[in-house]
Amino acid sequence: MKVLVPVKRVVDYNVKVRVKSDQTGVDIANVKMSMNPFDEIAVEEAVRLKEKGVVSEIIAMSAGVAQCQETLRTAMAIGADRGILVETGTELQPLAVAKLLKALVDKEQPQLVILGKQAIDDDANQTGQMLAALLGWPQATFASKLEIADGKATVTREVDGGLETVALTLPAVVTTDLRLNEPRYVTLPNIMKAKKKPLDNVKPEELGVDVEPRLKTLKVAEPPGRKAGIKVADVAALVDKLKNEAKVI
Amino acid sequence: MTSLVIAEHDNQELKGATLNAVAAARQLGGDVHVLVLGSGAEAVAQAAAQAEGVAKVLHADAPQLADQLAENAAAEVLALAKDYSHIVFPATASGKNIAPRVAALLDVAQVSDIISVESPDTFQRPIYAGNAIATVQSADAVKVLTVRTTAFDPVAASGGSAAVEAVQAQADSGKSSFVGREVAKSDRPELAGARVVVSGGRGMGSAENFKLLDPLADKLGAALGASRAAVDAGYAPNDWQVGQTGKIVAPQLYVAVGISGAIQHLAGMKDSKVIVAINKDEEAPIFGVADYGLVGDLFQVVPELTKSL
Repeated sequence: MKVLVPVKRVVDYNVKVRVKSDQTGVDIANVKMSMNPFDEIAVEEAVRLKEKGVVSEIIAMSAGVAQCQETLRTAMAIGADRGILVETGTELQPLAVAKLLKALVDKEQPQLVILGKQAIDDDANQTGQMLAALLGWPQATFASKLEIADGKATVTREVDGGLETVALTLPAVVTTDLRLNEPRYVTLPNIMKAKKKPLDNVKPEELGVDVEPRLKTLKVAEPPGRKAGIKVADVAALVDKLKNEAKVI
Repeated sequence: MTSLVIAEHDNQELKGATLNAVAAARQLGGDVHVLVLGSGAEAVAQAAAQAEGVAKVLHADAPQLADQLAENAAAEVLALAKDYSHIVFPATASGKNIAPRVAALLDVAQVSDIISVESPDTFQRPIYAGNAIATVQSADAVKVLTVRTTAFDPVAASGGSAAVEAVQAQADSGKSSFVGREVAKSDRPELAGARVVVSGGRGMGSAENFKLLDPLADKLGAALGASRAAVDAGYAPNDWQVGQTGKIVAPQLYVAVGISGAIQHLAGMKDSKVIVAINKDEEAPIFGVADYGLVGDLFQVVPELTKSL
């Protein structure tokens, strides 16, 4: 069975972003870009399924500017077999990405789509669920364990207060949470091999998808700052402050 | 203009997050209806009817709605959506799971995790782990929103007297089924809504040492939390995780013990009213947001603090 893994190119998680002075967005010029960490977990999970013999082919997909090719090469270095870049300069919102993915699913017919639960730039947490809805497929979000057998995916999910397990009839969409796995380090030989793997380039128009943004960003601002308070000398001073100044205990 | 708020519950009890979502919905201006999807959830529907500012409660009750499976829940919301200008979910694990499915089927954008209502079509939401706040406007006919519960004070749980109307349940999708649940039993308050939170970080050193926080949390009536580093290291369960990728909390008092203060952790707790940091590294970034910082060895400070409360 084939699996499709969408990957997003985002500002690296170690970078502290700055809001542009004209408040039109955050400044991403000359900052380090990486694969969304949750998507890396998704690629790793797909590769493990392939190593177990459950999956026959892993297709990585990314949508956005030409540089998303680098993100696809990383996915292929982890172990994806080929890549598809849907190239566009338009700002892509989750609904548009879900529609692009649906078009690719219709074409490639994977039995499983694994992707990150959210991207660490827009923190939307929507694309997987939207894709499942558009396809009429079942979904399991926030996965911490995934087992595939007999045409079913059994998924343990991270929910408020604990864990829950659901069984999905394939084809299905699964979104990853942190504890699903720990992605492997990419080795140099695998990076070299990844350069030779096939990478297709398509445009949203060729897939018949309108990707125009639905939400208009009016302004992006710094969050209200929080000033550092004081250091207290000892426990007694702390308890005194909490009781008499902050009045929270 | 009427909003539909999807209730958060466990078929027995209406969860507090619903009251925060109702509060956000009231700011939209129109009437507020609450939808209870469940099985044997009459008590939940009755509780929702008593919430302040709720004009009507819709109650769909069927076995296939017992476990909030996204496929069935979304189908139910979709069947009712045409009568509403806004569909509002609390941004809980369940709300985040279902809402985008509803939005996609309506072919509308979703606005995730709103922290303020600027007008019925304009909202503020955090991006980049709360390092920037975006103001976004939706031109879609129906607005699907998830609400960051800590950003809206809950409406009162009592005082209302809305009518409860039964609505027909949609058929089971048959594509997913509920297998089981492991919910950690605890006498402590729920993390997301607790008045006091005591969190431990990598500085705790081990899962065994993490237990040091139990008596402190007992004394303070606090929920226990953890940084992602502590969860990754296996010191604490993942559902305790506070941060960008875990829970967002805003208690009256947040006590950070052995937490350095990575950006992604601060994203989850910096709206707390009072922050206390206990860390042996005086350069730790957590002190940059703490109201009261105590530089010291947590293994001495925590027992001493527990004793003096």
